[in-house]
Amino acid sequence: MNIVVCVKRVPDTEVPIRIRGDGRGVEESGLNFVLNFYDEHGVEEALRTKERLGGSVTLVTAGPARAVEALRTGLAMGADAAIHIQDPALASLDHIGTARVLAAAIKAVPCDLVLCGKLSTDDNAAIVGPAVAEFLGLPQATAITKLELGDGKATAHREVEGAVEVLEVKLPAVITVERGINEPRYPSLPGIMRAKRTAITTRTLADLGISAPPPARVELLGLTPPPKRQAGRRLEGEPAAVVHDLVRALHEEAKLL
Amino acid sequence: MSAASDVWVIVEHAGGRPRKITYELLGLATTLAGPMKVHAVVAGGGAAAMAGDLAAHGAHVVHAAESPLLEPYTTDAHAQVVGALLADAAPGLVLMGSTAAGRDLAPRLAARLDAGIVTDCASVAVEDERVVATRPVMTRKAIARVAFGDGIRIAVVLPNIYPPAPAETGRSVEVQTVPVNLDPGSIRTRVVEISALKRETVPLTEADIIVSGGRGLKGPENFALLDKLAGVLGAAVGSSRPPVDSGWVPHDYEIGQTGKTVNPQLYIACGISGAPQHLAGMSGSRCIVAINKDPQAPIFGIATYGVVGDVFEILPLLTEEVRKLKGSSSDGGASRRLVPDGGDGGRPAAG
Repeated sequence: MNIVVCVKRVPDTEVPIRIRGDGRGVEESGLNFVLNFYDEHGVEEALRTKERLGGSVTLVTAGPARAVEALRTGLAMGADAAIHIQDPALASLDHIGTARVLAAAIKAVPCDLVLCGKLSTDDNAAIVGPAVAEFLGLPQATAITKLELGDGKATAHREVEGAVEVLEVKLPAVITVERGINEPRYPSLPGIMRAKRTAITTRTLADLGISAPPPARVELLGLTPPPKRQAGRRLEGEPAAVVHDLVRALHEEAKLL
Repeated sequence: MSAASDVWVIVEHAGGRPRKITYELLGLATTLAGPMKVHAVVAGGGAAAMAGDLAAHGAHVVHAAESPLLEPYTTDAHAQVVGALLADAAPGLVLMGSTAAGRDLAPRLAARLDAGIVTDCASVAVEDERVVATRPVMTRKAIARVAFGDGIRIAVVLPNIYPPAPAETGRSVEVQTVPVNLDPGSIRTRVVEISALKRETVPLTEADIIVSGGRGLKGPENFALLDKLAGVLGAAVGSSRPPVDSGWVPHDYEIGQTGKTVNPQLYIACGISGAPQHLAGMSGSRCIVAINKDPQAPIFGIATYGVVGDVFEILPLLTEEVRKLKGSSSDGGASRRLVPDGGDGGRPAAG
């Protein structure tokens, strides 16, 4: 089974961020960048599938030169090949535009399955996966917690409000993966060495047959820090008295009980 | 958005009734539409029968698409039917819920319709003729303001933020039947099974009150204390990441960066220290109660009420105190127990 995995380099979520002076992004200096958490699960699922059924795992990313780090991490985990879409025009794309570009690159790779993280932890958009499916004309299953591959179809579990849904999806398909689907491996030392030597295919939009970048339909006006929450009232002392005060506060002040 | 644009709402429903998010979207749509019309699109589920209810909550026009192929929800069937309707009407603004189905369908529709899309909107407003949305990004370390351009705009709105539209009876509604010509072969996914999470009578993302446990609970058996409190409050039960990682509770309990984002009226954090990864999922709660024995725990920095104390002492007392309060009011309060007596809430056995 040949699998393509979409990946993205994102800031480590453990590290505090500083919003840029112009409000249009975050200061990159001092930030640690990693392979998007959910994409790690995508790469892992692809590798496990390959180990079971054979085939190959190809990574694809779209972004500036430094975006290659996500590919190197995925290669070090064990992926076979990587495609880096690099073009100055990428900067002007919205998520739907990015999906169009990724789909154009994936179209050139014969594959049975496309895996994506359910979202990237920087934008939190969760748009690219289903949009890639649409542009490829493939069925989709999103936020999958368990995936079983069969003959020409996959069985996928997804959590919906208050229930777990089991879907049967015809292959090829685009599947976006949720945390819980697997436990991603760490890159091995030989893997890291091999990743350094693996040639990465680069593609411009022109290479992909896209003459003009698709116009963005949404525009980021700016980032602001979230509203600061003030610490409220401390309730300390004898437990029964504290609980009594709390319930009275929730009932009378907050009017929530 | 030009001052004059109808606003469309994609209705989410279960068991033949609109879900809570639908009423929230209708309320927002009514505000945004001003003198213009609010349209509700219902695919499947006895669409026409919901028209009266939708009208009472603000819909002027109900587009009803009925077909056995529209139920249960599949991406292919809904994308075709809703996509064709929206392509034809080209509405200036479409509101959808940030739910499992909404997040599945909205990006697919946006790609199909070449529409602008903004997901996880915490607000949607018209400013200077533009539709502007805000949304949390970077695991809630920043709020992004995003403006839509021209064309079809799809705003996917977080649940539990906007109040549900109030019901007003006696409103008239125009029901338009949407022709459905689905080829069964074009639906490439099949729902094999839907099994209810037995513990969840109120989904976490829709709950008004959430009782949540962290590492301080020390073991899976102690989540029973949360179940009891949740029982008297009519609340849902969640957790921070450590109990999930330790296997005390299933993954679907998790609230935080790698779990769910919730916006309840009341969030009761029990034995949760308040790591940034957890705050990312719950700091939008209206009122936060923190119960923790460590007075230095970061959760106290954002808590409306901070109880410094031992959860094992506080929780039973709190459950009893709430029970007394509810008992003194008219409704019994304990009628919405999440976990039946003796139920294990779907958790692995202790030990």
